[in-house]
Amino acid sequence: MAFYSTSEFKGGLKIMLDGDPYNIVENEFVKPGKGQAFNRVRVRNLKTGRTVEKTFKSGDTVEAADVHDTDMQYLYNDGEEWHFMDPASFEQMTADATAVGDAAKWIKEEDICRVTLWNGVPLSVEAPNFVVLAITETDPGLKGDTSGGGGKPATLETGAVVRVPLFVQSGEFVKVDTRTGEYVSRAKEA
Amino acid sequence: MPACDDWSACAATPVLRARAEMLARIRAFFAAAGVMEVETPILSHAGATDPALASLALSDDRSGGGSDADRRLFLQTSPEFPMKRLLASGSGPIYQICKVFRGEERGRRHHPEFSLLEWYRPGMDYGQLIDEVADLVRAALQRPTLPMERIRYRDLFREVLDLDPFTAPLQTLRAAAVTAEIPDADRLDLERDAWLDLLLTQCLEPRLGRSGMGFLCDYSPSQAALARIRPGGEPPDDQAVAERFELYIDGVELANGFHELTDAAEQGARFARDCAERRRLGLTEIPPDTRLLAALEAGMPASSGVALGLDRLLMIAVGATHIDQVLAFPIERA
Repeated sequence: MAFYSTSEFKGGLKIMLDGDPYNIVENEFVKPGKGQAFNRVRVRNLKTGRTVEKTFKSGDTVEAADVHDTDMQYLYNDGEEWHFMDPASFEQMTADATAVGDAAKWIKEEDICRVTLWNGVPLSVEAPNFVVLAITETDPGLKGDTSGGGGKPATLETGAVVRVPLFVQSGEFVKVDTRTGEYVSRAKEA
Repeated sequence: MPACDDWSACAATPVLRARAEMLARIRAFFAAAGVMEVETPILSHAGATDPALASLALSDDRSGGGSDADRRLFLQTSPEFPMKRLLASGSGPIYQICKVFRGEERGRRHHPEFSLLEWYRPGMDYGQLIDEVADLVRAALQRPTLPMERIRYRDLFREVLDLDPFTAPLQTLRAAAVTAEIPDADRLDLERDAWLDLLLTQCLEPRLGRSGMGFLCDYSPSQAALARIRPGGEPPDDQAVAERFELYIDGVELANGFHELTDAAEQGARFARDCAERRRLGLTEIPPDTRLLAALEAGMPASSGVALGLDRLLMIAVGATHIDQVLAFPIERA
């Protein structure tokens, strides 16, 4: 088992706390003129996404979390789980709904996703920053409106709903920023 | 942290110049005050025994012979011991500007190698030294009217946290930390002094030096470090205090001063206590400076002394928020 001392703390370090993997967001070293030093640390729980503050006595050690990111290809959903494949080794893995989270509404077969593994098991899945998806349903817009102002809801092939300009029609492809869930532009078929 | 190329200076040229000019003003201040500039070794066979300090050591493999311990040299954590040996040798008032080294200290206000101004005033009590520190800071910052105030350690805890740091039981200190919403206060396993340090850094320091220079003084005897203990008198000053002070500006700790301990036996006992504590904590064993003990035995004049962090003073002078903004090359790119 690997351990980190507080002197190795820095943003991005993955540590175990109370049985859960955490990512260090921010580390502040505090020390009076003489005496005991402390590390005030902001950490994000990689399972729940919640951020909490912790205080460590400097010199203490914590267990390292075996967490790393890898790019994997999304294959299919079997109704319960999402199947991914390592494009280099062809090794396949499944991720549950908790791990896939919001990415579920953006990803399509063959998309390359950033998968965070904890002890070799998918912990979270990040959709690509931009995806191109077909509109399956939207109200017909007003003719001649090209301004993009206002907008209307459109349902995409993955089930996600985004606001699109009035001139965008069913059957067209749109590019969406998955981090904000916002429409970027019309697109040719991906 | 400031963005800069890997090879180029981190501090902007005007900041480098501000450092040079500040150093010149400090040297002029001491020249006018009749305090002599000295240099003492950065490398020493003895180290700092304080369990809260991580001495950096190196092994001199080139001189050959002797044991590993003989070849081991420590980078100074402060020039305190050799400067006290100079006082005992009859130097009179002295100051030094030097680099000191403290392992495992890195952060917004910490860097493992930093510049220290340390000076000693034989015959001064520590109230007089506090006044001189204030004058030096005013000169260094070119702020001649910067106000100062003295706050007693015990009063600060009483006023802000409603507890007596000299007598409050451990569970009262923990309860105060929980009330102050310090994360993990309910489960941290700390000694009494570490609780005081936690409350000081998290709840009290930010209030110090808000309108100028705040001198926190008369520490708990358990936090004496190398300060003389003044016995208690009539209530409410019935508790002995350590004649130690720290200077804060805008919540940033800048200097630590003592009415210096000159009693060889007491100094030897504090070394022994430090060494026992280091063994208990499984820390590296550090050989105490026996030459300092011999110097105290021979007689060091009653003195007050102080060490002031120059990088932090420069941070205040130029309005920097991270120590890297005032360093030519921080350790990661040194």
